[in-house]
Amino acid sequence: MKKFFSDFYAAINKEPWSYIVTFGLMIIGSVLVYATPRSLTAFLILLLSPASMYFLKMNNKVKLFAGLVLAIIVLPVLGIRNIFYLEVLFQICVFAALALGLNIVIGMAGLLDLGYVAFYAVGAYTWAFFGSKQISLLHSVPGAAPANAPFFLENPNWFWLFIFLGIGLAAFAGILLGLPVLRLRGDYLAIVTLGFGEVIRVLALNLDKPINITNGPQGITPIQRPTLPPALLDAVGKLLEPIVGHPVTEAQFYNVLFYFLALAVIIIAVIVARRLDDSRIGRAWTAIREDETAAIAMGIPLVKMKLAAFASGAAFAGAMGVIYAANRTFVSPETFSFLQSIGVLSMVILGGLGSIPGVIIGAAVVVFLNIQVLQTFSLYLSSLRQSDAVIPIINFAWKNLSTQLDPAKYQKLIFGIILVVMMIFRPSGLIPAERRKRELAVEDEEVNSE
Amino acid sequence: MKQLTSNPFYKFVLFPIGQILAFILGAGITLSVLVILLAYIFRGSVTNLDLVERTLVILPKVLIDGITIGFVYATIALGYTMVYGVLEFINFSHSEIFMVGGVVGVELLRYLEAQGALASMNQYVVIALAILLGMFIAGSLAVTVERVAYKPLRNAPRLVPLISAIGMSFFLQDAVRLILGLTTGEFNVILPKFGTFDEFQTFNVPGVAAPVQLQNKTILLIGVTIVMLVGLNYLVNGTKIGKAIRAVAQDRPTASLMGINVNFIISITFLIGGALGGAAGVLFALKVTRLDPFVGFFPGLKAFTAAVLGGIGNLTGALLGGLVLGLLESFGASYLGVFTQGAFGAEYKDIFAFAILIAILIFRPSGLLGQTVGQKA
Repeated sequence: MKKFFSDFYAAINKEPWSYIVTFGLMIIGSVLVYATPRSLTAFLILLLSPASMYFLKMNNKVKLFAGLVLAIIVLPVLGIRNIFYLEVLFQICVFAALALGLNIVIGMAGLLDLGYVAFYAVGAYTWAFFGSKQISLLHSVPGAAPANAPFFLENPNWFWLFIFLGIGLAAFAGILLGLPVLRLRGDYLAIVTLGFGEVIRVLALNLDKPINITNGPQGITPIQRPTLPPALLDAVGKLLEPIVGHPVTEAQFYNVLFYFLALAVIIIAVIVARRLDDSRIGRAWTAIREDETAAIAMGIPLVKMKLAAFASGAAFAGAMGVIYAANRTFVSPETFSFLQSIGVLSMVILGGLGSIPGVIIGAAVVVFLNIQVLQTFSLYLSSLRQSDAVIPIINFAWKNLSTQLDPAKYQKLIFGIILVVMMIFRPSGLIPAERRKRELAVEDEEVNSE
Repeated sequence: MKQLTSNPFYKFVLFPIGQILAFILGAGITLSVLVILLAYIFRGSVTNLDLVERTLVILPKVLIDGITIGFVYATIALGYTMVYGVLEFINFSHSEIFMVGGVVGVELLRYLEAQGALASMNQYVVIALAILLGMFIAGSLAVTVERVAYKPLRNAPRLVPLISAIGMSFFLQDAVRLILGLTTGEFNVILPKFGTFDEFQTFNVPGVAAPVQLQNKTILLIGVTIVMLVGLNYLVNGTKIGKAIRAVAQDRPTASLMGINVNFIISITFLIGGALGGAAGVLFALKVTRLDPFVGFFPGLKAFTAAVLGGIGNLTGALLGGLVLGLLESFGASYLGVFTQGAFGAEYKDIFAFAILIAILIFRPSGLLGQTVGQKA
């Protein structure tokens, strides 16, 4: 089986075939998604094309061009045709960006952060607080707000500035958390960051009194979105209408805008992470991760480097938080639970600690599993439940199946299994980081030479 | 004196009980004096009620609540601290072992209720059965979890088993929810009413105006945990197995050279820790009367905080940490609302534990009773 795959990989990893496979997947996938907007298989085939782009040998410029065409033109257009895919893509992008940020903290610097969504929450609540009516409602009880309160910022385009403010505040929160806990060993650090995440959530939940800052469990809504130039919408809308087959609404344009924003964060995150990985800072992080004492002895400023890791990891979460708040126009404490932190952690672990492509693929797999596969399975089960079908051998009627068995609600089970199984069988992840691969290769050589 | 200390009855019964009493009195009196002082200081700022009087009226209840939850935390914390002592790793899924113990105990009571046997049986026999079953299932589960998820990772870098433990914790939460959902169609587990555990006992304490009221189940909880703590103390300090556990905790390779079966001892450690957690779960269920698969998270985290507070790896420390944390939390939850006149209240009690945890880790990472542990990377 393994040999078959490696032979197959070797066969298509040659000049003409790699291009044929990649572009073939891209074109067939696009046509299939276009023709059958609801099909899961078609979407999967399309999603395989970036993977083949990554794994197969091709001219780098061609790769880049194909990737950009896919991400900037093909996916948004198909996404407007069926808005559900755009939502899936947006979520993949959000979580990929979060996972990339967490990857800097865990994968590169080796600091286990279990409260990562706290920084996401800092970003989200920053824009939620200033970009909504909340400031005029500071002294009103949640739920009893006057309907005609004004927005604090008259011009919603402050949003663009707040992305940077969110980055700054989240990085500041990262430093604030980092300062006291940096002396701690890895496992203590994990618990303290977990505690920090819970503290942020509890604060968001309860700071509706004495002054109503977060509006409590009900969350803040509505939150403003940046304005889109109407002339551009008109022109692009006219262009796209015959292609997607229906007039393009403003909401759909917003979805595209936020998809692009999230994509931009990912691209910046990838560039930053790659540049960092081979820089002085990145090598210092690796040294800290492998052996703290030795790193200090080599003259690495431990506190500064750890703070840098915390802050740069947190910054991406902060940016994503601002974008998320504007996308949903609603934030509530439930979005920032411990479950989310572990979700992001399992994406990083699944893809491979420290591995940039691995982490992105991990995010895509987990999000896809969560909102597509489990949902489909849930729908299938509930349709079975309504039918008269009976499991043949044990003579069990589907009708009697408990409604508690709803796969979409068992994310924790999935995350738990991912974490345990990956740790036991493949701790370096699906796509191990380059540096780890090199290390393992050296070990293998040593073993072979003995 | 020397004769007295070598007397096993003194060493294994009187001394630990005295220690527990000293911890309770010490922490309780310190905190009480502190709040009374604070009440006198802030007395002038509050006009509509007498702060000192209000403080004194709720003080006995606050103390009792704190001690009760403190014993629960202490019992769970022992599981964390024993595993940490032996393996130097945070058994993150211990909070779920605690939850499973509670759920199993309550499910037994519900089964008995459905059979109609609950009302006719002696209430103490029933509760003992529930505790024993909870201990047994939780202990076996802890051993199984160790075998499946931790043992293959024993020589891996530190973070690897920790991540595996987090995964196991999540897995167990949803697995229990799935099992409960499939079998009973409902994942909230509600304790059936039976016996006289909800009734109050009234004590007239000299010097206190209002009589002190204790629920029967509170007395039961405190009694059972004290018996377990004394038993554990005997097991660890008075038996051969305990000696082996201590040896493995001190130096695993050397212990194995001395002919101790390390894997067996690690399993025993998980069994004991799990059984204690399971018993704590049943007692906790008796106290709160309602469980769900996610109920273990906060008690688990607080018990871990308690273990760190007392000095992780140190059994007496876990006991002290649990009691101190329980009292601190109870005082904080009750008096924050009194002193800020309702602006902040009990909803922040979950934060207290973390604030304390961070403070200890900054100022005294070895805990109240722990020796300084080197930074083992």
